[in-house]
Amino acid sequence: MKSGRLLTSVVAPAIAIIIAFGIAAVALLLVGIDPITAYKEMWVFGTTPESLIITVNNALPLFVSALAVAVGFKMGLFNIGVEGTYLIAALFAAYVGARVSTTPVLHVTAILLVAVLVGAGWAWIPAYLKVKRGVHEVIATIMLNYIAFALSAYLFLNVFRAETAGLTIATDLIPETGWIPSLTPLLAAIGIEVRAGANLQGFVIIAIALGVGYHYLVNKSRFGYDLRASGINPTAANASGVDPKKMIIRTMLISGGLAGLVGIAPLLGFYHQYPQDFPRNYGFNGIAVALLGRNNAVGMAFGALLFGFMQRSALILDLRDVPKEIVTIIQGIVVLAVVIVYEVISKYVQRRVIASAAAATEFDPVTSAEAA
Amino acid sequence: MAAAPAIQLEGVTKRYPGVVANNDVELTVASGEVHAVVGENGAGKSTLMKIIYGMVRPDEGIITIDGAQANFRTPKDAIDAGIGMVHQHFMLADNLTVLENVILGSEPRSGVKIDFEGASERIRILGDTYGLRLQPNQRVEKLSVGERQRVEIIKVLYRGAQILILDEPTAVLVPQEVNELFDSIRDLREEGHTIIFISHKLDEVLSIADRITVMRDGQTVGTTTPSEVDARQLAEMMIGSELPSPETKESTVQNEVLLDVSDLALLSDEGRPVLDDITFVVRKGEIVGIAGVEGNGQAQLIDSLLGLAPTSTGSITLAGKSMDDLETRERRAAGIGLIPEDRHRQGLLLPSPLWENAALGHQYKEPYANGIWIDKKGTREHTAEIVRRFDVAAPNVDVPAAALSGGNQQKLVVGRELMANPTVLLAAQPTRGIDIGAQAEVWEELKRARAAGMGILLISADLDELIGLSDTIHVLFEGKLVAKLDPSEITPEILGSYMTGAGEKKAS
Repeated sequence: MKSGRLLTSVVAPAIAIIIAFGIAAVALLLVGIDPITAYKEMWVFGTTPESLIITVNNALPLFVSALAVAVGFKMGLFNIGVEGTYLIAALFAAYVGARVSTTPVLHVTAILLVAVLVGAGWAWIPAYLKVKRGVHEVIATIMLNYIAFALSAYLFLNVFRAETAGLTIATDLIPETGWIPSLTPLLAAIGIEVRAGANLQGFVIIAIALGVGYHYLVNKSRFGYDLRASGINPTAANASGVDPKKMIIRTMLISGGLAGLVGIAPLLGFYHQYPQDFPRNYGFNGIAVALLGRNNAVGMAFGALLFGFMQRSALILDLRDVPKEIVTIIQGIVVLAVVIVYEVISKYVQRRVIASAAAATEFDPVTSAEAA
Repeated sequence: MAAAPAIQLEGVTKRYPGVVANNDVELTVASGEVHAVVGENGAGKSTLMKIIYGMVRPDEGIITIDGAQANFRTPKDAIDAGIGMVHQHFMLADNLTVLENVILGSEPRSGVKIDFEGASERIRILGDTYGLRLQPNQRVEKLSVGERQRVEIIKVLYRGAQILILDEPTAVLVPQEVNELFDSIRDLREEGHTIIFISHKLDEVLSIADRITVMRDGQTVGTTTPSEVDARQLAEMMIGSELPSPETKESTVQNEVLLDVSDLALLSDEGRPVLDDITFVVRKGEIVGIAGVEGNGQAQLIDSLLGLAPTSTGSITLAGKSMDDLETRERRAAGIGLIPEDRHRQGLLLPSPLWENAALGHQYKEPYANGIWIDKKGTREHTAEIVRRFDVAAPNVDVPAAALSGGNQQKLVVGRELMANPTVLLAAQPTRGIDIGAQAEVWEELKRARAAGMGILLISADLDELIGLSDTIHVLFEGKLVAKLDPSEITPEILGSYMTGAGEKKAS
């Protein structure tokens, strides 16, 4: 059993990543580029201290986004709406954050609260539609994404935009009490010197807390048990006393609340206002990271870091006249390969576990429950 | 019988890590006979058949087919030697026709074309010869279970099998289909085929088999003929001890009413009444049986009692406390236990470990929960306790529920519910699909719980079980309770006539 878990959680993603880089190498060769050189450049550039810090920064919103998606996945609920949710939530958070002014910790807390509430409120819409009207959440959340794009664009341009127009179109700047401070000074204190400009975002602490919270919620709590039971066998969960409708509402609210926090890292750690070109696609990439990490907190952290690393190291390719879209291709292949390889390996492991358990019990009624 | 035996096994042994699935098995099947192999689940029948069919290779022993020593590596070798197997779970492509299913994998060709006409003709001849009537061009998805089985048998015959292995062929059939199958088996025997018939329905075995081999604990304990034994003796050979019966001894019924149901009614989505005017009580220490042909409202009754059918009307009182406004979780917490009729659908999380399964339905309370957390340690210890007390054969509490046999899964569910000591237990088909040994253990546990004062609502399709265990029997027919009977005064035949609605007029 132990070896089976190792096989599925470490070997499967490793094989998938190797396959993905292999296929991408073929693609590079086809356009006349030596893949070894390209990968080497990416590695050298991507592993400088500055790059590693930016890798982590890149990973933060992806990780939170993956958590939001994964909590739904656990009960078989597909929240495709993280993308729209975080844009709306970040916009409101930026607006409210710039309107209030209080002590540092309180200010940040208030902004986080706004983001969570707006996110949860937005996700409540598809949850309500599913429970009351039977609308499938995939349809509802996809459509709500478009509504969110349009609504946030409208609100941004007509209501929330700063009146004192500077060079960039953006919301008002959040006072410094509402920023999440950089951890770079802390790194310096423990002897890691990095060039100025690479600020390790303080949100990393919140992200770790969210990851730990997710793990305990899903795997250790009664709620998590009900959640997983509903995902594995809804009828049995229902008979055991889990109300499926309440479960859908609660799960979507949690997913939406997490989704609301996706944009916080760039907002409070970098922009300190909501600019017109606030980064997009964290919601969709979060689905990929959740798949990559098999809904497991540590797995998703690695997945987010891998994506963050590729995003950062791809920058060097442009300077070497290599189309950096190759990285997008690698990301896509990694996800596909992980899904396929995982299925193959987990089927094999499952068969082995069941076969050995069945063989061990075929007619040996003396059990060794305590031995486990 | 002058010829060499169709199949002869000598000293066949198959070991799996830690266990011996077949130990020194001896089996002789004469050419042209119907030979039954009986035994409980886990007695080693399946392993033995897999060995004969080339799916599993034995560690020791000699297999002789028609006098020639065989050394099968794959089922293909067995098929080439004239052996065919009809599996318990059909392996048919639903969206293909009967004809296409039969020839799949051994398509007759004329040139590059598939010779559909020739194949169709052969299927017709086979069908006429053995009473296996089928329309070659019908899609399999349209066929009944009995017809699907005929397709499987034709498929095997089409590939030229002389020796047929039928694995629990009657498990899925209704009585009339069983008779048709038996007619076909007799026809096959007439034509010189040899048939190995695996079953644990002993009455059927006695009516169809020429000889019977009994397996127990991986060994063959003996071979006999239907004229030498009756069903009871055969069952005792299978379990190696005296046969249990569901009969309860003295009454333990007390006056206190635990479950009081009155005027319970439920409409289907189309507005048709599926439950109507259901009124009954379950007293302390009483088993109340609900008899009825499946589909007369049993599932809806359970759902209504558990609060899973929110549109039901009427009142339900548990030990003096109204359940009407309570949700499922609150009702279960108040003391309603459930052994669901379909353990896979309502009772288990198959891919999850046993300890998580043991918590299902009780995940909100001790020893499974500790505040808002699942108490993993407490749950595991409690699961180990269930496994020990209810004799669940499992290597440890971390294996997935899917790894257990049906009987052991059921014992886990029964143990989980009884250990929680509910006020009233809803036991739907508590012994369905499990073997005699496990069945007897479940009966014993239910009797013990009854003696300890539990109220039990027993829904069962097994009439002997109902009559044997119940203190009172209600007959559920088309959503209504049409008769209340004293089990000591009725026979399965009488009960059966009430269940079809025929007894209703006589009773009222």
